This record gives sequence, C-alpha cells and structure tokens, in this order.
Amino acid sequence: MALRLPSLRRAARWVPALCITLAMLALAGCSTDGYPQTTLAPKADFAELLDQVFRRSFQLATIVFFLVEGALVWALFRFRGKPGDAEPEQNHGNTMLEVVWTAIPAVILVFIAVPTIQVIFKTAETPTDNPLVIEVTGHQWWWEFRYPEYNLVTAGDMHVPTGRTVDLRMTTGDVVHSFWTPQLAGKRDVFPGRDNRLWFKTETPGTYPGQCAEFCGTQHARMAFQVIAQDPDAFDAWRGGMAEVGAPADSGGSAPSPLVAQGQQLFATKACVGCHVVTAVGAPTMVGPNLAGIGTRSTIASGWLPNTDENLARWLKNPQEVKVGVLMPNLGLTDEEITALVAYLRSLSVVPAPGAVAMTAAGN
Amino acid sequence: MSTIAMGHAGTEAAPAEKKGLWSWITTVDHKRIGILYGVTAFIFFLLGGLEALLIRWQLGAPDKTFLSPEAYNQLFTMHGTTMIFLGVMPLSAMFFNYFIPLQIGARDVAFPRLNAYSYWVFLFGGLVLNASFLFNAAPDMGWFAYANLTSKQFSPGLNVDFWIIGLQILGIASLAAAVNFFVTILNLRAPGMKMMRMPMFVWMSLITQVLLLLAFPIITVALVLLMLDRNFGTHFFVPSGGGDPVLWQHLFWLFGHPEVYILILPAFGVVSEILPVFSRKPLFGYAAMVFSGCFIAFLGFGVWSHHMFSTGLGPMADTVFSLGTMLIAIPTGVKIFNWIGTVWGGSIQYKTPMYFALGFVAMFIIGGLSGVMHASPPADLQQTDSYFIVAHFHYVLFGGSIFALTAGAYYWFPKMTGRMLSEGLGKVHFWLMFIGFNLTFAPMHILGLNGMPRRVYTYSAGMGFEFWNAIETAGSLILGFSFLVFIVNILKSLKSGEVATADPWHGATLEWSIPSPPQEWNFAVEPTVDGRDPLWELRRANGGTLPEPARVSGKGIHLPSPSYWPIVTAFGTAMTLVGFLMHVTLWVILAGLAITMIGIFSWAFEPADH
Ligand code: HEC
Ligand SMILES: [Cu+2]
Ligand SMILES: [Cu+2]
Repeated sequence: MALRLPSLRRAARWVPALCITLAMLALAGCSTDGYPQTTLAPKADFAELLDQVFRRSFQLATIVFFLVEGALVWALFRFRGKPGDAEPEQNHGNTMLEVVWTAIPAVILVFIAVPTIQVIFKTAETPTDNPLVIEVTGHQWWWEFRYPEYNLVTAGDMHVPTGRTVDLRMTTGDVVHSFWTPQLAGKRDVFPGRDNRLWFKTETPGTYPGQCAEFCGTQHARMAFQVIAQDPDAFDAWRGGMAEVGAPADSGGSAPSPLVAQGQQLFATKACVGCHVVTAVGAPTMVGPNLAGIGTRSTIASGWLPNTDENLARWLKNPQEVKVGVLMPNLGLTDEEITALVAYLRSLSVVPAPGAVAMTAAGN
Repeated sequence: MSTIAMGHAGTEAAPAEKKGLWSWITTVDHKRIGILYGVTAFIFFLLGGLEALLIRWQLGAPDKTFLSPEAYNQLFTMHGTTMIFLGVMPLSAMFFNYFIPLQIGARDVAFPRLNAYSYWVFLFGGLVLNASFLFNAAPDMGWFAYANLTSKQFSPGLNVDFWIIGLQILGIASLAAAVNFFVTILNLRAPGMKMMRMPMFVWMSLITQVLLLLAFPIITVALVLLMLDRNFGTHFFVPSGGGDPVLWQHLFWLFGHPEVYILILPAFGVVSEILPVFSRKPLFGYAAMVFSGCFIAFLGFGVWSHHMFSTGLGPMADTVFSLGTMLIAIPTGVKIFNWIGTVWGGSIQYKTPMYFALGFVAMFIIGGLSGVMHASPPADLQQTDSYFIVAHFHYVLFGGSIFALTAGAYYWFPKMTGRMLSEGLGKVHFWLMFIGFNLTFAPMHILGLNGMPRRVYTYSAGMGFEFWNAIETAGSLILGFSFLVFIVNILKSLKSGEVATADPWHGATLEWSIPSPPQEWNFAVEPTVDGRDPLWELRRANGGTLPEPARVSGKGIHLPSPSYWPIVTAFGTAMTLVGFLMHVTLWVILAGLAITMIGIFSWAFEPADH
C-alpha cells in the first residue's frame, strides 16, 4: 500500500478537538438571530403549537442520537480487531435484547404521537373568536390578499392587527403554491377550487417575511410576501388609508402634480390598466397585483426588491430582465415615461405611511 | 455439511473469454449485464452529480446569476430524476444482477434474455430522458411533477413530455427486471438454501422486487393519465375540467414512498453482508432482520400521505398517516440495533468496505431521526418543502444508499474484476466523502429550520442563508473530489491492482467459493447448502483455510446462447413510447411496435445453439 494513513488510535487524539468544533458549530446553528424567516422563534399561537411538537421530537431525537451513535462509536473502538485475534464468539442474536429494543422506540414514539395528535386536532379547528377573515390567493408569482370585512384588496404586504385571530382562506388563481409564514402559522398548500385554512393570532407587532414553498414554475424562488402585524389602531389607519388610495381628485383626493398627472395618463394608455387596478375597494382580481398603496408597499416584485424609486424604474424598464419569465411584459417605456410612472406609482401611497406607523407602534 | 466444490479437479485449460463489443451487445450473462448496469449507472450518477455541483455553485452566494431560473429548474429536476432512476436504482440492479445468482448458487438468472432486455430498455430510457437537454427542453417541474403545473396550460413545452416518456421506458425496464429477480430468487436457489438461509442481501433484494412489482404499475398509470391530460384533452388532474391536482399527489406518492424503500432496501442488504464479514461474526438477529424488512415494505404502502401533510387532508388523515409513519421507525430501529449488535463483540477488520458500511450506519441513524421529526404533521408543517427535508433525504439516500452501494463496490470489486481496489485510496475516498457529505448536507438542517425553502434557484441577501450555503457549496466540492479519487482508484486497480484471490475477505457466502472473476458458468458443480454462512462452515470444517478454487474448462455445461434480439426488442419498445412524445407520431409508434414484435418472435424461436 503506497499511502500511509494515521491509525485509528492516532486519529482518536483529534476527537476532543473535533467535538468542540462541532459543538460550537451546533451552537452557532441553534441561534436564530439573523434569520427573519426562522421557524424556531414563533411569534403567534399557531406557530407556537407547531413549535411545541417540534421541540419535543427534537429533544427526544437528540437523546436517541447521542445514545445510539455513542454506542456505535464506542463499539468501533472497543471491538477493533488486532492481527492474530481469535475468532470472536459467534452469537446469532438475543431475543430478550431484541424485544427490548423494539419496545423502547415504541415507547418513545408515544411521547411524540400524543402531542402530535393533540396539536393536529387543535390546529384543525376553525377559529370562532370573531376572526378577521383574509382570503389569500396565490398567483404566478405573487400573493393577493382580500379583506371581505372591509371590501379591500392588496398584494405582497398582508397587514394584520395584533390581538385578533386572523383566519386565512386560501386558494390559487393558477397552479399549486404553498403559503408559508414560518413565524406565524407554518405552511399550507393552495389548490384551484379549494379553500384551505390556516389561522393565527399574534401579539407582537412586526414585519414577518414568508414565501411560497411549493414549486410553482420559473420564479418560485421569488414569490415572497410580508405579513405586517400592527396594533389595532395602526391597522385601522392603514385600512382607512387604503380605502382612499387612487380616488379621483374631485372625490376628495388632492390634486396631483403635473408629473404625477402625466404618469397617471401613461398608466391608462400603456396597457397597465389591462393588468393592474389602482384602487383597493372592491377591486377585481387581475393578471397583475393590485397597485393601491404601491407607493408605501415594503417591496416590489413580490417581497424581493426594496421599494425604492430606482428599483421601480428598473422594474418598469424591463421586468423580464429583473425577474425572468414574469407575467408582466416589457412595455418598451422611455426613461421619461418611466420617471412619470414612478412618480405616479409613488403617489399611490397610504397615508399615514404604514412603515412609520409600524415603527411608532413597535416603539410604544 | 455444505458441499461446495473447492479446488475442483478440472485440469483442462479454461476456454478463451469472449471479447469485443459484439459480445457485450449480445451477452445474456448476468455478470456481464451486471457490469453494463454498473458502468452505465455510474456514468449517469456522475452526470447527476455534475448537475448537483452546478446547483450548489448557483446557491453558494445570494442572488447569484450563474444559472438562469429556467436552467436551475431543469437541473434540479434532472438531478433528482437522474439520481433516483438512473443512478441509485440501476446501481442496485448491478448488484442484483451480479450477486443474486452467485449468492444463491445459480448459473444465471431465470430469464437471461429478459435480463439483457431490461438493461437495454434502461439504457434507452436514460438516453431519451437526457436527450431532452439537446432540445433545450429538459424536465423542469421537479421530479415529483406536481399537477396542475404539469398541464399543457402552464407547461406548454416538451419538458414534461420527455419526463413522462423517459420514466415510462425506465418503468418497463424495472418491471421486467423485477419479475426476473423475483423468479430467480424463488426458483433457482441451490439445494438446501431454504428461504431462512438466504443471504440478507438476497432477502432484501427479494423484498425490493416485490416493491417494484407493486409500485411501478401505479406510476405507470399516473403517467398515462398525465399524458392523456396533456396530449388528448382529458382532465384527470386539470381542475377546470373537474379534475383534481391532489389526485396526482396521491398516485405519485403511492408510488413514491415505496420507491424510497426500493432505493434503500438493497443498501440494507449490502451492509448486512459486509458488517458480519468484517466483524468476523454472524449477522445479529437474522430473523428480525428479515421480518423487519418485510414489515417496512408492507407499511411502506400505507404512509404515502406523509408527503402531503401541508395539502390539508384533514385531521383524521393526518393522524393516521402520521402514526403509520412513526410505526415504520420501529422496524427501522430494529435494523440499526441489529447492525450495532453485529459489530458488538466482534473483531472488526478495518478494510475500506467496512469503513463505508459503518459510515452508512452512522449517517442513516441521522436520516432516520430527522424522518421521525417530520412524521409529526405539526412539525412537518414547518419542515416540508424546506431544506430540512433536503437534508433528511440526502442523509437517507446519500448517507444511506450511496454509502452502502460504495461499500458494496469495494467489497465485491475483487470478485467482479479479479483485482483488489487500493486500500489507501479507498480510505482517502472514504474520509473525503464522509467529510464532504456532512459539510454539504448537515447545514441544510439548520437552513431549513430557519426558513429556507427548497427548489429555489436563489435567495436574497439578508435572509441569513449566506453562511451555511457557502459552507455547503465548499462541502459539495470535496464530495465531488472524493469521487475523482474513487475513479482513479478503479482505473489504477483495474490496470495494476493486487490480484484478488477467490476469497480475499474471508466471506461467508457462496460467491467467495469460486474464482475471481467467476467463470461464465459460475459454479462448475452445483453447491449444496445447509446453513446461513456456508463458506464459514466449510472453512471451519476444513481446519480454518480453504484451497484456492481452480479455473476449469466447463465442458458440457449448458449456458444460454448470446442473442441480439433483446437489444432489438428493447429498441422497438423505446421507439414505440417515443412515438407518444409529441402528441402521436403514428409512423414511429407503428415502426416501434413492428420492431418489438419481430424482436419477440425471433427471440422466442431462435435455436438454442445459434
Ligand atoms: C400583462 C399584464 C401586465 C401589464 C400590461 C403590466 N403589468 Fe405590472 N405586473 C404584472 C404582474 C403579473 C406583476 C407581478 C410580478 C411578480 O412579482 O411576479 C406585475 C407587477 C408590477 C409591479 C410590482 C408590484 C408589486 O407589488 O410587486 C408594478 C409596480 C407594476 N407591475 C407596474 C406596472 C405598470 C406601471 C405597468 C404599465 C406600464 C404595468 N405594470 C403593466 C402584470 C402586468
Ligand atoms: Cu408559488
Ligand atoms: Cu412556489
């Protein structure tokens, strides 16, 4: 043999160092800081129920892991054969032992199965505490949210009040997607013609990212959304503001600047209206997301790009380049037209801006 | 006492080996077909590995544009499809082919020509599937192909059609092979080899064939329905016509879950052969191993909906499928404990096959434990479709199947080639693979639990996914490199490796009683068996050593004659199905059917000594 390798005994010296490194890595792996989409720091009742079951099974699995791997590794060192060893005892099994190690896993599983079944039935209940119903619809590749109680439609950002149960009724406008809000409610697939449910109640204001979890075509990776939880006052302010967005000047809206007016003109003539609606109240579902409130939406292109003027302009210049395969065509707009459109879109803002409200809410 | 002809007195010179391409094309020798399976599957496996490396490179940093979304979606779909149908399954088939007859003391499989046919159909299926790349239409909807994304409306290209046809062709190969091995194991065992004396690899292979026979018809039907939907206007899975996408999920996983056991049971078998030999101690709890294998296979048909906990099947279904899944953990645990029981108290010989077999046990435990976690629907509601699942099934399929199959490759290479693989390179291979594997897949647990979904071509900076993804990509390079070491080892050893004796490891089973590589007829004299470890019993009776078996002339031993009709028939079969690729291409279908018919008749009526 040309290659000489360290013997097991020498390799064993590295075991403590290796263990420490692994332990440190494991600790680093346990921290959920810096993971806005973590499942390990639930912020709503539903996700907490899921987390309880996970923690139970994780703890038991960790114990079993150390016992079984420990036994294996110990045997590997202890029963290392040396040259000239006699043939070891030829035993073929041990019925007692085999019965025991069939029974022990069964018992452990009971400890996982009981909370599992409890939580399955608990999470399957329909909330009855005057929940806020939100109808969620997946589209390639964006999310639509309807609030029947307020006759409002929006997309991308799902605003919810804290302290009130949110009852999600979910379906899809095209293919199967999966609505996943890790910190609030886990995930549920959405099917055409079906009404799938999830619910949650959070007490913590904040912005919780989520994204589509079922492969749904080219841009599955870029089908994200934010859940924006606000205290009830801020939430009411948001929905009040939403109801005003895009209202014509003569019915209470303020008179637009010339640039905005030009943008509005372009919006009507450049096919945008074929796919987008700029009012939220009672708006129909279109090919593209509802744009009421786009001026103050947290992101564009479905939870991906920060909603800055530059990104909006980039988007309008050629959506196909920003998000390949997206169902919004390149409309061949000039830079001037884009400037006007960006100004117009920015004017479609919710007043007061929800970001500011959310921040004050969190600050209070 | 077992009788095995050792040092058999045939003094005539062995006849010249058959050589040349033509001899491979017409071979019906199970050993050569096994090698064909092995080489072909290994090439496909490397292709699947290359796809994986491209995927990992794209995910190595956030917002990378190395691959377009379309390219990424094709690559991850082809990676999964390739590894399952063209990598792991046919690599197992290599061992079925080569070693089932040898381990049961037979001269060939029950239907040698059908065996050749299976291989050629498999090859054509793999080629059709990969031909999609030439048309820039590689399947791009995931290996699970969830409806209704697969409908003509949302996937107008040929991508889905290539997948359907490729899988249909491969399914025929798998079914034909399964019939063959099932009959072989039941009917061709050497005298005295009762069912409960069969080597564990043969047992696990038998169970695998049963799974194949029961599971593949389901996917065949599902694929036919999908093809009808796409090309003939039916609405089995299309909601606008009253169909149901969830029906696809049921059919797919009704096949897909047993498929998981099709991928892992042969690995269980291989490891159950290796651990006793290198512990110098019989397998612990043979009967429990057999029954737990049967139990796993049986339960495997009743747990498919655990892939669908996020579908919203309702609390009753979730409960039942959850409990069923947890139940599978029990026989699986029995297997793990029995493997540990096998090495416990043994005298462990640290040879390369043992390294990989022990690596298998250590990694499979992890995959099993994470599996128990998502057997619980509430936990799975977070984990499903996240990287946690990717971690889980790679611990089972790579840490499990691939480690075990690699162990098998090191174990049986001497028997197949007459050369030993280098132990030094073998151990380098092991450590690189072990470290690379864990660096690649362990962090996926962390990423998944922290919210990284699967099947995404990229992720945004600021989600916290950067660090572990970078580590994973680095790990995947080490993993890829380990296979280069393996290839070097194979090539070097084939040329100049140490010459292998008939029984280099002191094996317990019949294949080690005949020369390495075996002669065409395997056993010059039919062995008889009266125990589970016939060769050990013989060696003990013989005072600890056995003479090296001689190569004999084999005069008067009747063997099936070579034939080119299997490849012709296989070509016709594949052609017929390709005729359905673009709607209906009638002349292709008719020509394919004609070739198939001519092939079958000629094969049936070919004189025996042609
Ligand atoms: C053919 C339909 C179509 C037309 C025409 C169209 N869009 Fe879109 N638009 C979409 C779709 C679909 C999306 C969602 C893209 C995604 O994230 O996947 C979108 C997204 C957007 C967004 C980002 C919204 C968000 O919340 O992420 C803006 C802004 C936008 N479009 C503006 C416009 C403007 C301005 C025009 C006219 C110049 C226009 N669109 C024309 C279909 C269209
Ligand atoms: Cu989606
Ligand atoms: Cu998706």
